[in-house]
Amino acid sequence: MRTELEKGSGTTGVTGKGGAAAPAHAAAPAGEVKADVRGLSFFYGRHQALKGIDLAFEANRVTAIIGPSGCGKSTLLRCFNRIHDLYPDTRYEGRILLQPSGVDIVAPETDPVEMRMRIGMVFQKPNAFPKSIYENVAFGPRINGFPGSLNDIVEQSLRAAALWDEVKDRLHEGALGLSGGQQQRLCIARALAVDPEVLLMDEPASALDPIATQKIEELVYELKENYTIVIVTHNMQQAARVSDRTAFFMLGKLVEVDETRTIFMNPKEKLTEDYITGRFG
Amino acid sequence: MGDFSGIIAKRRRQDFIFNVVGVVCTLVGIVTLGALLVDLLMDGLGRLDRAFLTSFPSRFAARAGIYSSWVGTLLIMLVTACTAVPLGVAAGVYLEEYARKNWLTSLIEINIANLAGVPSIIYGLMALGLLVYQFRLGQSILTGGLTLAFLILPIVIVATREALRTIPQGIREAALALGSTKWQVVRHHLLPYSIGGTLTGIIIALSRAIGETAPLITIGALTFIAFLPPPPLQAQPPFVSAGWLWSPFSVLPIQMFNWVSRPDPEFVVNAAGAGLILIIVTLSLNAVAIFIRYRVRKRIKW
Repeated sequence: MRTELEKGSGTTGVTGKGGAAAPAHAAAPAGEVKADVRGLSFFYGRHQALKGIDLAFEANRVTAIIGPSGCGKSTLLRCFNRIHDLYPDTRYEGRILLQPSGVDIVAPETDPVEMRMRIGMVFQKPNAFPKSIYENVAFGPRINGFPGSLNDIVEQSLRAAALWDEVKDRLHEGALGLSGGQQQRLCIARALAVDPEVLLMDEPASALDPIATQKIEELVYELKENYTIVIVTHNMQQAARVSDRTAFFMLGKLVEVDETRTIFMNPKEKLTEDYITGRFG
Repeated sequence: MGDFSGIIAKRRRQDFIFNVVGVVCTLVGIVTLGALLVDLLMDGLGRLDRAFLTSFPSRFAARAGIYSSWVGTLLIMLVTACTAVPLGVAAGVYLEEYARKNWLTSLIEINIANLAGVPSIIYGLMALGLLVYQFRLGQSILTGGLTLAFLILPIVIVATREALRTIPQGIREAALALGSTKWQVVRHHLLPYSIGGTLTGIIIALSRAIGETAPLITIGALTFIAFLPPPPLQAQPPFVSAGWLWSPFSVLPIQMFNWVSRPDPEFVVNAAGAGLILIIVTLSLNAVAIFIRYRVRKRIKW
């Protein structure tokens, strides 16, 4: 299985930057549902931030979530790896089924630690640990008891995040010495090192300059070969550039979801059209 | 256009006056401390020699030394640090990272802050009743060390929490998002990243404890002791011995107190010598704390 996948990833490289790491998890064929959100509502105390969301995320494709501030896009993303559990007075209703096993991510009996091992997250602000570059990437595999060579997984992950060539000579220097864009790619490498089934990205380029942003976008394009990606973005051009499907959220509700081309060229809802043409938001 | 020069001159004058007042206020503190140090140096410096450090107290001022009291101080600090650090850091981590925020934890928080302000002699009374009479630990190094540990526990807890609070929430989320358990986040991230602040707090707390006299007198520390506790290391198995924990003791500030209360002025010179040692130790501890804080701030910038 591994060789087959590696062959697959060898042909990826839009920008031709090194072969992406082959994930050990079974990659579902593109287009199959990887994560199925069913009737999901989410509450911060008495405030309902998500209202009965039904949304299917397809395997090996990039789904962008767009919408005005406070529409619930980040809230949805953070449901996937149960980060909300850290904070008091939060409550999930409904289900998020992770296929093919069908485990319900937000069920109380599901172990959030296991879900976070299987679902990677890249945050809005680069949040590299104040450790060495190597230790940043090795941390996930190490705590999860990765059986193989840590050196290999670190190199593989850094290559997959298109950062290897820039840092290979200073792996043991502090990660906080990297530029913002490099730190964000390091965070992506760190997330990839635990071989997630789904990669969540919460406005991953919003704190970066245009060149670093472009690198992240190219990376997203390459990574979808091996990962199912959900990306929240404020930037509609970015959604149009990197995503295959786009979901438009407003006031905690899913307004419309479709192929990105359709959403931008020929949306069904008036609200979607108003938003993407910049009439509000 | 009116004439502003009068108003401006008045405001400048106010500025100048406050400047002068400020300088005077600052000098009051600094000059007092300086005078104190100089006085101590002039009185005590001549007394500082090898014999002073290696002699037991004596009826004769010229032969008296601080051997038993500096050893006592050292051992007491050892017990205090070994107890207060793990207890305080663990409590701080629990309160900051694990405890749900509700009225109970708020109550605990307020009381910990209050505990830091309780007069130290009250701790002495508590220790006398609890440790000496109730648990029968005796008027020993163990009792003394534990008493001071209770005294500085709130400081250590507060310092730990403050240090943890400076770590951005994003770090916790990032570590958890990789599948860490809470303990792994604490062990691999929060403790290492907060160690600068925590250590600084611990050292400041210890340098406060080292000068404490009242609680130790309350539990019955000796003022005149002419022998050392049994050594913690020994030649025959099991090589370590806990006998010193049960030994009676004196500490530097108590020795000083004893000497200044004697009529013979030569003993006052001895007290100045002991005071000099004490202040050197305290200032060095603070210097170490400042150094650590500086190093960590340079290494980790959020």
